[in-house]
Amino acid sequence: MAKQEMRAVYAQTLVELGQKDDRIVVLEADLMKSSGTGAFKAVFPNRVFNVGVAEANMVGIACGLSAGGKIPFAASFGCFASRRTYDQFFLSGNYARQNVKLVGTDPGVTAAFNGGTHMPFEDAGIMRNIPGLVVFEPSDPISLKKLIEKSAYYSGCTYMRLHRKSVEEIYAEDEEFELGKGKVLREGGDVSIIATGAIMVSQALKAAQLLVSEGIEATVIDMHTIKPIDKELVLKYARKTGAMVTCENHQIVNGLGSAVAEVLSENYPVKLKRIGVNEQFGEVGTLEELIARFRFTPEDIASDVKQFLKK
Amino acid sequence: METKELNFLENKADEIRRKTIDTIGYLGVGHIGGALSVVDVLTLLYYRHMDVSPHDPKKKNRDKLVLSKGHAGPTLYSILADKGFFPEEWLHTLNKCGTNLPSHCDMNRTPGIDMTTGSLGQGISAAVGLALANRLDGIDKKVYLIIGDGESQEGQVWEGAMSAAQFGLNNLIAFTDFNKMQIDGYICDIMNLEDLGAKWESFGWAVQRVDGHDLQMMDKAIAEAQKEQSRPSMIILDTVKGKGAFFAEGKLESHNMNFTYEMAREACERLNNNITFKTNR
Repeated sequence: MAKQEMRAVYAQTLVELGQKDDRIVVLEADLMKSSGTGAFKAVFPNRVFNVGVAEANMVGIACGLSAGGKIPFAASFGCFASRRTYDQFFLSGNYARQNVKLVGTDPGVTAAFNGGTHMPFEDAGIMRNIPGLVVFEPSDPISLKKLIEKSAYYSGCTYMRLHRKSVEEIYAEDEEFELGKGKVLREGGDVSIIATGAIMVSQALKAAQLLVSEGIEATVIDMHTIKPIDKELVLKYARKTGAMVTCENHQIVNGLGSAVAEVLSENYPVKLKRIGVNEQFGEVGTLEELIARFRFTPEDIASDVKQFLKK
Repeated sequence: METKELNFLENKADEIRRKTIDTIGYLGVGHIGGALSVVDVLTLLYYRHMDVSPHDPKKKNRDKLVLSKGHAGPTLYSILADKGFFPEEWLHTLNKCGTNLPSHCDMNRTPGIDMTTGSLGQGISAAVGLALANRLDGIDKKVYLIIGDGESQEGQVWEGAMSAAQFGLNNLIAFTDFNKMQIDGYICDIMNLEDLGAKWESFGWAVQRVDGHDLQMMDKAIAEAQKEQSRPSMIILDTVKGKGAFFAEGKLESHNMNFTYEMAREACERLNNNITFKTNR
C-alpha cells in the first residue's frame, strides 16, 4: 500500500471531523505548510487562525476559543509547542479546564536537518506533569486518524506528538483505539518491549524479529498514550514476561520509560531497561543518520535487549 | 448619561469600593492597590454596559469580561456578589482554603468569571479567542478585557495586540489600568511604557485615553469603542493605585499589602461620609 504522509492524515481527519462538527477549529503559527492544514483551510477558511510566529499567543487564543465553546487544534514544531507555550497551555488551558488539542510536530529525531534547536526530546516529559492532560504519539496513519478522533472528543486538553512524514503502516483500517489503552502487536514470553511513537514502534517490531534468531521471543506493545499510562497492560506483561524494555524517541527521563518505571516500582517490580535518549541534546542529520546516532536501529535495540536479558 | 444614572453609578462604585476593601480587609492581606484602581471601570461595565445574567452565568449570548490582571479578582467578586451571581457571604471566604473565591480569577470556581487568569499577559490571547468564537457563532456581543500596566511589559500582550488587529476584532474592547505603579516601583523607572497610546495605535487599535475614575468620560469612551467597525479598541485609563483607601491610595506598597480589619472599616467609614456628601450636593 502506498505510504501516506502523516500530516496529510492529520489534516484530512480534521476536515472529516470539521464537516460533522463546526466546533472544530485550527490554529497555526506560521507552520501551516509543515502541518498540512492548508487542506483544512481550503474547506473551512473561516475556521483557521494563523497567528504568525507567536506560539504563546496561538495557544492562548486556542484557550479563548475553547472557553467560547470551540474544539481547537493548535500545532507547531514540538520544541515550540511545548517549551514556548507551557505556561499558556498549563494555565489558560489545563488549569482552566479547557479543551485544547495541542500538537507538537517533528518529535525527536524526526526534526532531522533542523537539528538540536528544533529536536524535542523532552516535550512529552514536560507535558506529563500536567494534571488531567493526555499525552500520546500515534505510530502509523490508522492509529493517527483514530486517536485524533478520540482526542477531539476527550473532555480536556491533549498533547499529541506528530511525525509529519510517511511511515510504515502497522494497523488494519478497522482497528479501533482508545486513549490510554496500549496495543499488543506481538506476543512473546521472554521480554516485553513497550514502544511509543511513529519511529520506535516499528523499530521495536523489527528488533523483535531479529531476536527470534537469538532464541528470544519478545512481546511488543504500542503504548501510544504515555499519560495516562496503561497500568493494567504494563502489569499484565510484567507478570507474564518478568522483564521489560521501553523504547522512546525522547529522553528516558520523564517520558515512557519513567512512566513504566513508576508503575512497576510501585506495583510489581521486575527488571527494566529504558531505551531512548540519555542526557543528550539533538543534532543535525538525516533521519537515518540520527536513528543510528541515537542507537534507535532494530539492530541496536535487539542488541540492547539481548544484553539486558543476560544480566 | 443622565445625572440620575451617573449618581447611581458613582454611589455604586463607592459601594463596590467599600466591599472590596472589606473583602480583602477581612482576610488582612491582598492586592488592594490594583483592586481599587479598577473599581470604577468594572462598575461602569457591569452596571451599565454588559449584558450578563446572574441566574444563568453561562448564557451563550452574553457579554464577557477577561480580567487579565487576575489579582484584582476581589473587585470583580464584590460586583458579582452584589449582582447576585453568588451569596454575599462568600466574600469573607476570600483565599480561605477550599474557597470559591481565590485571589486570582478562576472560571471553574466562581460563577460569573468568564476566564481563568493569573499569569500576566495571557488574558489578551484568551480574549482574542473568545472574540473569534463569538464571530464564528454570529454572537453580537462584546468581549471586554482589563490589562494591567505592569502586565503590559509582557511580550504576549503585544502578540495578542497584533492578532486582534489582524483579525479585525471590533467586538473586543480593552482597557489598560494605568496606575503607573508595579511591584518593584514606578513603571517609568522599572520599564517605561510610554507613549502607551502611540504603541497601541501603531499596533492597529482604536485608542482613547481618559481619567479612569471619571465615569462620565469613561462612558463616552466605551460608547465610542462600541461603534468601531473594524478595529479592536484600547481605552487607556489613567488611574490611581489604591484609589479610595487612605492607607493605600497612591502608595507603591499597596500592590499586595497587609492591613487590619479596623483600617478597612475606617476606610469604608470615610467613603460613607463621602457618599453622604455626594447625595446632598
